[in-house]
Amino acid sequence: MDFVNFLIQLLNSVQYGLLLFMLAAGLTLIFGIMGVVNLAHGSFYMLGAYLAWSLAALTGSFTLAIIFGTLLSVLFGLFLEWLLFRHFYKRDHLDQVLLTFGLIYVFEEMRSILWGDDVHGVTIPEVLSASIPLTETLSYPVYRLFMSGVCLALALGLYLLISKTRLGMKIRAGAFNHEMTEALGVNIKLIHALVFALGVGLATIAGMVAAPVSSVYPNMGSPVLIMCFVVVVIGGIGSVKGALIAALLVGLVDTFGKVLLPQVSGMLVYVLMAIVLLYKPEGLFKN
Amino acid sequence: MTNSPSRRLVLTRSAALVGAAGSGLLLPEWAQAQSGKIRVGLMLPYSGAFAPLGVAIENGVRMAINEQGGKLGGREIEWFKVDDESEPSKGIENANKLVQRDKVDVLIGTVHSGVQMGIQKVARDSGVLTLIPNAGVHAATRALCAPNVFRTSFSNSQPTLALGQAMVAKGHKKAVWITWKYAAGDEAYEGFKESYTKAGGTIVKELGLPFPNVEFQALLTEIAALKPDAVACFFAGPSGAKFMKDFAAAGLKGKIALYGSGFLTEGVLGAAGPAADGVMTTLHYSDSLDTPRNKGFRLEYAKAFKMQPDVYAVQGYDTGLLLVQGANAVKGDLTKKPELYKAMEGAVIDSPRGKWTMSKSHNPVQDIYLRVAEKGENKVIGVAAKALADPGTGCRMG
Repeated sequence: MDFVNFLIQLLNSVQYGLLLFMLAAGLTLIFGIMGVVNLAHGSFYMLGAYLAWSLAALTGSFTLAIIFGTLLSVLFGLFLEWLLFRHFYKRDHLDQVLLTFGLIYVFEEMRSILWGDDVHGVTIPEVLSASIPLTETLSYPVYRLFMSGVCLALALGLYLLISKTRLGMKIRAGAFNHEMTEALGVNIKLIHALVFALGVGLATIAGMVAAPVSSVYPNMGSPVLIMCFVVVVIGGIGSVKGALIAALLVGLVDTFGKVLLPQVSGMLVYVLMAIVLLYKPEGLFKN
Repeated sequence: MTNSPSRRLVLTRSAALVGAAGSGLLLPEWAQAQSGKIRVGLMLPYSGAFAPLGVAIENGVRMAINEQGGKLGGREIEWFKVDDESEPSKGIENANKLVQRDKVDVLIGTVHSGVQMGIQKVARDSGVLTLIPNAGVHAATRALCAPNVFRTSFSNSQPTLALGQAMVAKGHKKAVWITWKYAAGDEAYEGFKESYTKAGGTIVKELGLPFPNVEFQALLTEIAALKPDAVACFFAGPSGAKFMKDFAAAGLKGKIALYGSGFLTEGVLGAAGPAADGVMTTLHYSDSLDTPRNKGFRLEYAKAFKMQPDVYAVQGYDTGLLLVQGANAVKGDLTKKPELYKAMEGAVIDSPRGKWTMSKSHNPVQDIYLRVAEKGENKVIGVAAKALADPGTGCRMG
């Protein structure tokens, strides 16, 4: 591998890592604040992709689709929280796993009824459809850089929200000591509802932004869910910062593994996870 | 001392036998078979990602049998269905539900190669007539072949066995192969390697990624650095669409020709959009095959099921045709196994894909078409290989 190729592969790693972060951020957030293990996280990703596809067809604009899709998914998140999840915060993790595992089937069936079982494509908006030539044969699609930009913006936004705002302070306080925060006059129920909706929103935005690249198809959330859990476990369950570092690590290992050690590339990410857990059983960053 | 209890056992059992015979419980098998319906078991994916394939196959089977008045060799049919969920760990259990619980006379299944291995074991142990309407796993008609197992679809290396010659003919003599590292990908590579090197091509590099990973970017970068004349691949389903889109977005389209086993472009041309235009593939069928037989079939299927047929529907239809020919030859008495198998081995299937016959190892000997993706259609350019058979290596019927 010459130096130019090495740099391009590095770019590939960072780009993949950022995408993984966007997927895993919502999962780790919901677990970190409310202690809910959400297996249906992948379904929200799928929901996002289908929303992008159907709304883009309806409105004729990908940008409008993302705006409406985000609004709809946040409302959907609030509704789900009110209907189901708020009754499970204090329950056992097993109950939560059963609930969210069941939800995967419910969402798949709803998807089948609403949108059918076909594979669909979403067109990349005109402004982002160009490619930048990197070498004689290889170009880099602008849309991939745009995706990385969105991921970075979300990461920065999340950081500012949680560590620099009043709402963020209440969220952290609630995660630290639920009863005390409530006693001090913070409406913790509202905070939980907002955080849950935020988590759902993050997953659906990831699905919407990824839709033009990944295509839209049934069950597309399940492979994603596994990678999300790997990232969350390596990063330390509940830590957003950990998820970012872990996602970038996984991106590096996966990309260079495929090129340098193709025979075992499927295993490398899990080996990374095993090594991290061996030395840091609670992940890189404990919440 | 050991003699007397066993003798008593023999006596009591004989008495029971006499009683049973008297009450009609032990009618000779043929009489029972002739009087009842033929029990047909469908073991297909009805849930999960392969569910549409299961539905298409069942539609095809039913259509072929309905064209015969809904009977097999003059006998009525009783249907049994099991959703195999494309779950290999339940393959044996699900096949046994049909064979042992429902006592089917014929088992039709399935799509997923891993599940097929479970069915293969049950088929070999029980001897039940088994028809494979899709799964291309080599072992089913090679090392683990059986007289009672017939495949009506393809073997995993069949489409790619026709690919090499077509690529070299277009002047593409240096190629990179890319696929998922799993059984079907490896078997497709076997076909490609044999045909491409035989035709005088050189495989520059073999790339792979773990199934079902779809992060292709790292390998596309590798391909760009290698600068081959062409890329040949095996991908299927939505991931195929993603591969073609990523290939185009990386700027490789137009500089490096893209070829593949035909499953790359089946059912996903709409999703792939213009990225698929010009991609060349080899397969035993194409929706746009311009023959009266295919056009008639497509029209009837669309009328009956209110949806367009695909290659899986055709494979299901051919499964039905083969079963009809076999059953007619023995007038519906599926217990006459030697005659039944002989009729099926000698069958000529007048399929929408073109006429095909059975190989010695019970896999179709069929034409493989060269197709180019154009405006959402797999346009047939010509026949890439005529009457192509799977080698059936290691198959010993017995």
